[in-house]
Amino acid sequence: MDPRSTALPSKEIKNTDPPLWVAWHQALASIRVRFVRQAVTCLGVALGIAFFASIQLLREAQAASAEPQDAARLKWLVATSLVMCLVGVTNSMLMSVAERYREIGTIKCLGASDGFIVKVFCIEATLLGLIGSVGGSVLGAGLMSIVLAVDGSSAGWIGFVKVVGLGTLVGVLMTIVAAIAPAIQAARMPAAAALRVEV
Amino acid sequence: MADVVVRTTNVVKIYGMGEAEVRALNGVSCEIYRGEYVSIMGPSGSGKSTLFNMIGGLDKPDEGSVFVNSVDIAQLTARELAFLRCHTIGYIFQTFNLITVRTALENVTLPMLFAGMQPDEADERGMMLLDLVGLQNRYHHRPNELSGGQQQRVAIARALANNPSIVLADEPTGNLDLRTGKEIIELLRKLNKEQGVTIISATHDLKMLDASDRIFHIRDGQLAKIETREELTLQVGSVQGED
Repeated sequence: MDPRSTALPSKEIKNTDPPLWVAWHQALASIRVRFVRQAVTCLGVALGIAFFASIQLLREAQAASAEPQDAARLKWLVATSLVMCLVGVTNSMLMSVAERYREIGTIKCLGASDGFIVKVFCIEATLLGLIGSVGGSVLGAGLMSIVLAVDGSSAGWIGFVKVVGLGTLVGVLMTIVAAIAPAIQAARMPAAAALRVEV
Repeated sequence: MADVVVRTTNVVKIYGMGEAEVRALNGVSCEIYRGEYVSIMGPSGSGKSTLFNMIGGLDKPDEGSVFVNSVDIAQLTARELAFLRCHTIGYIFQTFNLITVRTALENVTLPMLFAGMQPDEADERGMMLLDLVGLQNRYHHRPNELSGGQQQRVAIARALANNPSIVLADEPTGNLDLRTGKEIIELLRKLNKEQGVTIISATHDLKMLDASDRIFHIRDGQLAKIETREELTLQVGSVQGED
């Protein structure tokens, strides 16, 4: 055979998605190369979760002593912080998907299934969500602990760990949910339409 | 030449609705044979890119059918369409459209990984294809570290990744200077001659004419005329005057 021939090695070709590591490498490359952009997304997640974690820690610290009226107010604050957090995270993830319609269209042209594209975004969102949420939870809970310590009260180590755990869980879930909807929509778009989108 | 690789019958594509409705393609029927080098020519807005998208399975027609290797692509599911794009068609774009976060070699091997090839086998074939387009020593560079002409060469290597029946090139020289554009056309012609790759190219670059076996002229969404290369050499003057 001519060594420069483009003929494929005679091997059976499968109609399956590539192994997960292909999506993993694509997601990692995207985070590495767009580091600053992704760091901003991550910071958006972290700040939202920090707010949530700080209020949650306050609740933990005052769980025993708070008046029913105060407890209700704190619950209301937690709900507000969650909404703010959701808006921030959704906005960050929507932008990061919208910026990449063209790339999605190209990958589709190369033969990627819709599932592969969603997988790449899920991996990316999980990684960004994890880093942002852990960082944000520790930051929020840490700052609130200092404020409480000045007042002479504390939520204790167990309370701190509980809040960080909850913050991380909420953050990761929120990031995935926020990323997955636009990613599915982008993946389902005809390749020609995705390629036409200019952002 | 009797082996038909692409056939379209009365393809209609409509964009917009109501009064804003535009018939980008209005009943295009054509046949393209294996091993041919076909150029689709026409002014901007004539529908050549739309026809390109239809043939490439990037969009579905509103009426009529497109057959690629005797398969009606309108009947395919999303996954079957992805399979067709992966194995049967290679794409080259005006704006290169390389994956910016991956290196030249990774760009070339990605379609092979989608086709289920083993990574080391894909790397070996990727290097062979980069060598074929003269970029073997730039394999670890990312697209933004390559010139326009080099990026287009990587795109050509990537288009050949899974040994497709058809290579579709949408204005491949549109973003390149005269000399680089000429080199790209020569490379495409060489691949067509030596490897027998069917090349379908949407273009309004007159340099492309000289490389083409047949030229499809599109006007207002319809196939105005088909010229063969022999007919063309007699008429080059008038074609140039027309542009």
